[in-house]
Amino acid sequence: MAVEISATSKLWRFPGGIHPPERKAPANLNNIQRFPLPPMLFIPLHQHIGEDGELCVAVGDYVLKGQPLTIPGVNNGLPVHATTSGTITAIHEHPLNHPSGLTGLTVCLEPDGKEAWYPRQPLNNMDALSQREVLQHLQAMGIAGLGGAGFPTARKVAGAKNIDVLIINGVECEPYIASDDRLMREHAKEILAGSHILQKLTFAKQLVIAIEDNKPEAAAAFREAIEQFSVTADFSADGADPAGSAARTNRQPILKIVPTRYPSGGEKQLIQVLTGKQVPVRGLPADIGILMQNVATAYAVERAVNHGEPLLERVVTITGEAVKNPGTAWALLGTPIDYLLAQSGFKPGKKQRVIMGGPMMGFTVTNLQIPVIKTTNCVLAPTHKELTPPQAEMACIRCGACEIACPASLLPQQLQWLAKAQDYAGLKQHHLADCIECGACAYVCPSQIPLVQYYRQAKAEIREQTIEQQKSEIARQRFEARQARLEREKEERLEKHRKAAEARKAAQAARQSEATATEQDPVKAALARVKAKKAQQTAPAANTESPQGPAGSASQTTPEHKVDQKTDQKDAVAAAVARAKAKKAERDRLAQAENNNEAEKPIAAKNAPDHDKKDAVAAAVARAKAKKAERERLAQAENNASTTNTKGSDNG
Amino acid sequence: MSWLVGIIALSAIALAAGLILGFAAIRFRVESDPIVEQIDGLLPQTQCGQCGYPGCRPYAEAIANGDELNKCPPGGQATIDQLADLLGREAKPLDEAHGEEAQKTVAVIREDECIGCTKCIQACPVDAILGAAKQMHTVIADECTGCDLCVEPCPVDCIDMVPVATKPERWKWQLDQIPVAVVDAGQNTATSAPSASKVS
Ligand code: SF4
Ligand code: SF4
Ligand code: SF4
Ligand code: SF4
Repeated sequence: MAVEISATSKLWRFPGGIHPPERKAPANLNNIQRFPLPPMLFIPLHQHIGEDGELCVAVGDYVLKGQPLTIPGVNNGLPVHATTSGTITAIHEHPLNHPSGLTGLTVCLEPDGKEAWYPRQPLNNMDALSQREVLQHLQAMGIAGLGGAGFPTARKVAGAKNIDVLIINGVECEPYIASDDRLMREHAKEILAGSHILQKLTFAKQLVIAIEDNKPEAAAAFREAIEQFSVTADFSADGADPAGSAARTNRQPILKIVPTRYPSGGEKQLIQVLTGKQVPVRGLPADIGILMQNVATAYAVERAVNHGEPLLERVVTITGEAVKNPGTAWALLGTPIDYLLAQSGFKPGKKQRVIMGGPMMGFTVTNLQIPVIKTTNCVLAPTHKELTPPQAEMACIRCGACEIACPASLLPQQLQWLAKAQDYAGLKQHHLADCIECGACAYVCPSQIPLVQYYRQAKAEIREQTIEQQKSEIARQRFEARQARLEREKEERLEKHRKAAEARKAAQAARQSEATATEQDPVKAALARVKAKKAQQTAPAANTESPQGPAGSASQTTPEHKVDQKTDQKDAVAAAVARAKAKKAERDRLAQAENNNEAEKPIAAKNAPDHDKKDAVAAAVARAKAKKAERERLAQAENNASTTNTKGSDNG
Repeated sequence: MSWLVGIIALSAIALAAGLILGFAAIRFRVESDPIVEQIDGLLPQTQCGQCGYPGCRPYAEAIANGDELNKCPPGGQATIDQLADLLGREAKPLDEAHGEEAQKTVAVIREDECIGCTKCIQACPVDAILGAAKQMHTVIADECTGCDLCVEPCPVDCIDMVPVATKPERWKWQLDQIPVAVVDAGQNTATSAPSASKVS
């Protein structure tokens, strides 16, 4: 059933949810500011989900604003761009904008203040281009989802088929953050244009813009923009087919105001509020015909398509009571957050913490030099009174408050027990994967249990186990493949040896018959002939016997086999005797020939291989000697090294 | 006589049901993984031989035949626990005689020192080393299990076992182990503090 939303359609409720104090007030009052260029930009190569791209610049290069710094690698990664013109002074490990505080490869760019642009290529005739071409452009412009985890927008759009409704998410439910709010107030028209581009790309029948009811100004700005849009749309559709008006009303964006409740900005939660439907477990919104994009992403799409600008900057909220002038600002990607704080009049208090993101889902930063990246929406510097640091954790009293608050209808207290017991199978059974880490449960927990923390650790552990399992499976396959290969090689070697032995035998037999012939011993020759005949006779007899069938043949074959064996043995003995004799005869013959100095040719023929053999042995000996010398030399060198080492340590 | 009818009827039903069940048990038998496969699936497949067997599978067979569970250092306690779960035996701590549970490592060849002897290739149980006679060799890091077996045979000792670096994607959220920036008025100091934060 297709999803349909109208301006008057009913709003639904998602389970749970909380009402934390909003505290958006000081930050959302003023226009988005623009700070002077920072003295240094730190542009990390890893900003998105997916593999890092490959660097295409070097230290000392002069780059222009918007110039790509990486070529996206496998898996449709995104390139990162120089966010202003300047010189690359270094490329090294720098703290990442990540809760772990780990470092990653970062391009350090010193701005020259000229803001000289790399050639921009807007898509002026988007309608003439295929969806694929536009998506390629979006990928080249580095557009990623600016609301959540920074998923590449082109990939999200390309992966979504049969979309009924495109929802532009302007809910921004987390306390303090006002970035999207200010962007909507000031750039509603551009956001709308970007939304239309996305609608065209997804072939969505409906465009819905969702805003929380605590942002009336943003809603008003959108209403105005939508009205203006309908007027221009009327003009453009002038004289169009009669179906045009129906199509137009369909294309008319629908503005939905949703009640304020955390976390209504979550993808699954907002879909539930608007449509009453739940995204299936482990599924995507696209499975029920819905695609969601953040307002800031829509804005970035508009800049990329109509102006040819890569994603170089985003709105960041700088707030908290430790900041004198809280507000929002356009921050170039790569701006270190201490610069943003300094520009906003940061007055660190005692044991000041700085939080990246909002108070519910953000993380405490480990280093103030970490840069703004595509997913950075807020830098929060709260005082102690404002946000008390976490208290000591107490035991769970099974009050059930967390269960009521959970928007994903999970059992947080149960998950917490299981996580502490490291019962990963149990966690999977209780759908830990569906936890959106919203923090609602931890917020209401009277025992101050950092619940989300446990879930994150458990999730990481489960992920790690999965990776390890995959790796060990691959190792097993490789090991088995190798074993099979070794086995095969061994068999091939044996086969070769067998063949060589056979050839030797054949040659010997030939020689033997020759020898017997030369020896002119008619009796022995006759004997040998008879024996050969007998062997030949018994061999076909054994052969013809097998087709007789298994029934009853067992008792017959055994005695015959014995006979065979006996004759075989006799034959073998005789053959060995004959061989020995032949050999002796040969030797005698040769000795005689040598003595007589008559047969020169055979001697030469026999000596040649001897020479070869001697040469080969000499070479092998030389090699072995060289090896030994090398080893000795190395040992000596090592000894020397160790002695110098010990000397060094003695001196030191 | 009615009790006789009852007994006969019930017996008939029991017999019929028994036949049906018996047939179903044969007809719809589920081929379950043999226990050796399941054990092998839990072992880390490092193929290092520290357990005293020439690879993971022989050890899996040995476990199935009653050997101790705690001889595999690369798998560590986690594997022992899983094995104990699977087999319904008691989980014991790792047997120190076979080695300790160490940090994950990966082999790296110092390539300019490699003489191209191919000895390490012959030693590697998972074919993770690439090279040819008298050519420089290198380790495919993604395939290396860190089993250590290539280090010994190298005649010029150019193989190092280096710890695998943690990447942000595989970081395990051990917040209590990282210093959090706490900016005091005046100076920058870093002290450790958990980061779960909330609105008061
Ligand atoms: S963090 Fe997870 S468990 Fe807790 S309320 Fe949110 S979704 Fe539910
Ligand atoms: S809110 Fe906290 S104390 Fe209450 S049941 Fe949940 S985890 Fe336990
Ligand atoms: S110790 Fe463990 S990883 Fe090594 S061979 Fe034995 S079972 Fe495999
Ligand atoms: S490269 Fe060395 S350490 Fe790695 S799997 Fe092969 S033999 Fe083991």
